[in-house]
Amino acid sequence: MAKTHVTMKVNGAEVEGLVEPRTLLVHFIRENLLLTGTHIGCETTHCGACTIDIDGMSVKSCTMFAVQAQGSDITTIEGVANADGSLSALQEGFRMMHGLQCGFCTPGMILRAQRLLKENPSPSEEEIRMGISGNFCRCTGYQNIVKAIQYAAAKINGVQFQEAAE
Amino acid sequence: MIPGPFSYHRPASVADAVKLLSKLGDEARPLAGGHSLVPMMKLRLATPEHLVDLHGIAGLKGIRRDGNKIVIGAMTTQHELLASDVIKTSLPILHETALLIADPQVRYRGTLGGNVANGDPGNDMPALMLVLGAVYRLEGPGGGRDIAASEFYQGAYFTALEPGEILTSISIPAVAAAHGYAYEKLKRKVGDYATAAAAVVLTMAGGKVATCAIGLTNLHETPLLATDAANAVIGTSLDAATLKKAAAAAVAIMSPAADARGPVEYRKHVGGIMVTRALQRAAARAS
Amino acid sequence: MNDMTPTREQREAKLEGMGCKRKRVEDIRFTQGKGNYVDDLKLPGMLHGDFVRSPHAHARVKSINSEEALKVPGVLAVITAETLKTVNLAWMPTLAGDVQMVLADGKVLFQNQEVAFVVATDRYAADDGINKVVVEYEPLPVVIDPFKAMDADAPVLREDLAGKTSGAHGPRKHHNHVFEWTIGDKDLTDAAFNKAEVKIKEMISYHRTHPSPLETCQCVCSFDKIRGELSIWGTFQAPHVIRTVVALIAKIPEHKIHVISPDIGGGFGNKVGAYPGYICAAVASIVTGKPVKWVEDRIENLTATSFARDYHMTTEIAATKEGKVTGLRVHVLADHGAFDACADPSKWPAGFFNIVTGSYDFPTAHVAVDGIYTNKAPGGVAYRCSFRVTEAAYCIERGMDILAQKLGMDPAELRLKNFIKPEQFPYHSALGWEYDSGDYHTAMKKMMESVDYAGLRKEQAAQRAAFKRGETREIMGLGVSFFTEIVGAGPSKNCDILGIAMFDSCEIRMHPTGAGIARVGSKSQGQGHETTWAQIIATEIGIPADDIMVEEGNTDTAPYGLGTYGSRSTPVAGAAIAMAARKIKAKAQMIAAYKLEVHEGDLEWDIDGFRVKGLPEKTMSMKDICWAAYNSVPPGMEPGLEAVSYYDPPNMTYPFGAYICVMNIDVDTGVYRIRRFYALDDCGTRINPMIIEGQVHGGLTEAFAIAMGQEIRYDDEGNVVTGSFMDFFMPTAVETPHWETDFTVTPSPHHPIGAKGVGESPNVGGVPAFSNAVNDAFSFLGSTHIQMPHDYWRNWRTAKELGVFA
Repeated sequence: MAKTHVTMKVNGAEVEGLVEPRTLLVHFIRENLLLTGTHIGCETTHCGACTIDIDGMSVKSCTMFAVQAQGSDITTIEGVANADGSLSALQEGFRMMHGLQCGFCTPGMILRAQRLLKENPSPSEEEIRMGISGNFCRCTGYQNIVKAIQYAAAKINGVQFQEAAE
Repeated sequence: MIPGPFSYHRPASVADAVKLLSKLGDEARPLAGGHSLVPMMKLRLATPEHLVDLHGIAGLKGIRRDGNKIVIGAMTTQHELLASDVIKTSLPILHETALLIADPQVRYRGTLGGNVANGDPGNDMPALMLVLGAVYRLEGPGGGRDIAASEFYQGAYFTALEPGEILTSISIPAVAAAHGYAYEKLKRKVGDYATAAAAVVLTMAGGKVATCAIGLTNLHETPLLATDAANAVIGTSLDAATLKKAAAAAVAIMSPAADARGPVEYRKHVGGIMVTRALQRAAARAS
Repeated sequence: MNDMTPTREQREAKLEGMGCKRKRVEDIRFTQGKGNYVDDLKLPGMLHGDFVRSPHAHARVKSINSEEALKVPGVLAVITAETLKTVNLAWMPTLAGDVQMVLADGKVLFQNQEVAFVVATDRYAADDGINKVVVEYEPLPVVIDPFKAMDADAPVLREDLAGKTSGAHGPRKHHNHVFEWTIGDKDLTDAAFNKAEVKIKEMISYHRTHPSPLETCQCVCSFDKIRGELSIWGTFQAPHVIRTVVALIAKIPEHKIHVISPDIGGGFGNKVGAYPGYICAAVASIVTGKPVKWVEDRIENLTATSFARDYHMTTEIAATKEGKVTGLRVHVLADHGAFDACADPSKWPAGFFNIVTGSYDFPTAHVAVDGIYTNKAPGGVAYRCSFRVTEAAYCIERGMDILAQKLGMDPAELRLKNFIKPEQFPYHSALGWEYDSGDYHTAMKKMMESVDYAGLRKEQAAQRAAFKRGETREIMGLGVSFFTEIVGAGPSKNCDILGIAMFDSCEIRMHPTGAGIARVGSKSQGQGHETTWAQIIATEIGIPADDIMVEEGNTDTAPYGLGTYGSRSTPVAGAAIAMAARKIKAKAQMIAAYKLEVHEGDLEWDIDGFRVKGLPEKTMSMKDICWAAYNSVPPGMEPGLEAVSYYDPPNMTYPFGAYICVMNIDVDTGVYRIRRFYALDDCGTRINPMIIEGQVHGGLTEAFAIAMGQEIRYDDEGNVVTGSFMDFFMPTAVETPHWETDFTVTPSPHHPIGAKGVGESPNVGGVPAFSNAVNDAFSFLGSTHIQMPHDYWRNWRTAKELGVFA
């Protein structure tokens, strides 16, 4: 199959590559660009481990072809940290609130949560749970992920984080 | 789980898309959000030789008022429906339903057109389209035509779309401002198709149901309009006996498949309950 | 002393030792996408392998034609059983003493069984290739229902065992029989039942499910022909065991095999065993001379590698009228699928199922387990479980509820009446275990007070009355579970894997500047060992946890360990770490004594160094001792500061806990609502409370999924009907309940730091709590026992069968 030339912006840098039309975006990111922080958990659009941000949308990159991302602006987990290299509010929140264990779902969770907080800077617990319902986690039971996102929201909003009482 | 090889086309106009699809014939499939087609391709249950991506066509997106209709471009995503004030105020049942479709990521990509056009009995929007009396605009090699949603669904994955035709927009007649609505969907978890779901749009006058339409999702190989059930409630105040009668009338036309969501008997039983609950909730919302 | 001298509290806090909610060191890389998982590995010239799998559950393989596949661009080879026979690898031994086909040899025995392995330049070409391999099958009758597997006319599944009247675990009584395992005093137990005032008998099933970590099983094998060395990167929970197994079956000298488990995306028991993918990738690498990667997809994971449970337990309890238990009798029909690939210690074909007497003082008990073959995937792994302990806990905790119902007693009261008393520890159970420590009454009462158990029962009574009056369609259930686990496998006297005793190990090297590295035989899959192991060392030797690097998973550098599963890491590896640290400390004390010019016995330990007794200002910090170890050790002493410890535990550990679930069920739809879930765990000494809480949250979420819907279900033809994340119930943040956690601390008397292990407790104790809640909700309508999983439609079916819609 003839290959197609694609260009896109990933984590602020212009990138290009030759792909088959059927090349899934997640494979292009992981294998051509060697950005392996984006993970593959189910390949059937359920688990959300491959979630990235494309043109302001959270997208499961296992269900999009690389050719479809031509000209788009993509953020992966490798582009999430602050400009000075320090952890972003969400990355810090996940660490402080023990929002991860094996770490496999974490990049997708963080990318999804980042978009959620951009659209809704002060989500309720229910809105957070709905907002991350396209991302599976097998380790944490989600409770500490919710706290991690609340921590980040508070930090971004410049308010004191109050852990909900049990 | 890797799709088979195909050629990728990204036409810039409806005319070009139609031309491509007609020329390429059975071996071509239009690609909208891709959340039904791409997983099928990965399992090689679908092996199109050509994909015609509709994302490059300007004008297939958007929500606008046109007289007493609301016209929604086929490539409008569920996420865009959710963000739309027009939908929230004029067609709130679409908002309520879009929130129950799949998960947030899928809603950014999944389109209203894809949801209503691929004929999957598990999709949620078709039953709403029946209830709302929607009309689909199709463009094909022979030109454009309009078809009522009620005429569109012929079987599971089998619709009135002719070879080379694509759905370009959906027109929905305005609903009375004072209407009540509800979409009751029983599902096992976020991301699942309905075990059973019912859509209700009704109006009330003097404490009694004046008009009513009831749609059913995933309870038959096509979406259903439960006309007898709707007729049974018109003129009533939705007393217990009427609700029971309406549910029974709806159950009578259901023929779901047994699957991991439950046996046929269960799915019909909860189908009836979804109808009852949707009627009650819709009535409570009507003013 | 000046103001700058840190206080004792500051010195203590600086260590971030045991008991501290230390933030995880792993998270720095994981939150930035810089983890290093197997599929992230890309070696020069690497090829990809993928399987052709059987669509049939039982069929003869008439022919395999690879001609067209080999024409696909990029496809280099198609490996079949015939290829593997040339290297004697068409079959492989299982950990349970059985053999398993690596690739279909003459027939297939379960749907999605591995039939051929296509090797190609990339995963796309490999997938194209598998679609071009033509396999001709002749379908055979299938055996799916375990209760029919030993019918006289049941089809013969394992033709390779024809005529074999005994297997690895004794006699076989039928062609589909694997083993019978019995334990306990049958005569005494029968006698107890003969004179029992009250008896219950119920067939309690624990359905087939799957661990399904978010990262599937995968590996990269690279054979260096010049050196004759095989490197394997894989998702292995027990890398050293994999190395030994490969050495034994591939006949490569063990020192020429390098097994590396990098970061692992969850395991839960799925990644203990050896799978055909590993063997095929290794053979493919040997054949092609190139590295070969194999990555399982999710459907393959759910349908082919390692199911869990599938235990059908006929449970009988004898008791007095007053509710004192007098005997327990259990017969288990254990469905092992097509091959017995259980990952249990070798001498334990039914794992530690004999913990089934639970937390109760049974004077006598008898257990018999019949393992059988069916046309289902092989496995029988411990899904967040210590070898059939979840099955046992479910069995006894359901059984006690059924007995309480029969007696008309409150289930909590029945448990309190029968608990092993604190003064009975160490307690010798009727089925042969020595429980190390416990205080069950305190834990149970704390749970009951915390949730206002009496108040909940009152509310339930009111709810039931309202239901009967037709005022509500919701019923309410309280699910009590009080589990005792047996973890930390295990003592060499009774635990081994393929003859290797189940010890674990640690090597610590302290560097001159006071930092160090600890290499451990365990392997984290998310448990946070890099964080917690350093905390143990910090407390033991007074070096800040931040200055200790923990390394696991590389068999060339780590001492031999048996890996991480069965909650064994803290009980066994954790003990080895403490013991290695104590060796360091002992040598350090000699160095300090020499430097401080006192006798060793004149020194006492003080947080982060030694001080001279009675002269508190005369001290030497561990950091300074590290330096001294490299320049001024006492005459005759070897320089350096290193230690290795291999720890053979004297006993298992016995964590326990008191859980309760409060649930409402809508009888019209079967939809349930978890109103409250409270979990009190006693895992002995707590190393990192934050991580313990996280483990409990995760285990409870798995328990919730299993009890309420997560199953591997087959239709009558042997097709898996729950083979993807659409139908295999994987709860999201929306369905998952809120968890409340609590604890008591009863240290293990035989463990160096008193810790017992916690990872699996919530799965073990959680499932019966959910199931008991459903059963309790329906019990007033006349039900005795409702089988799991309790998904919506089954709850509705129960309501219907109980006449709710009449």
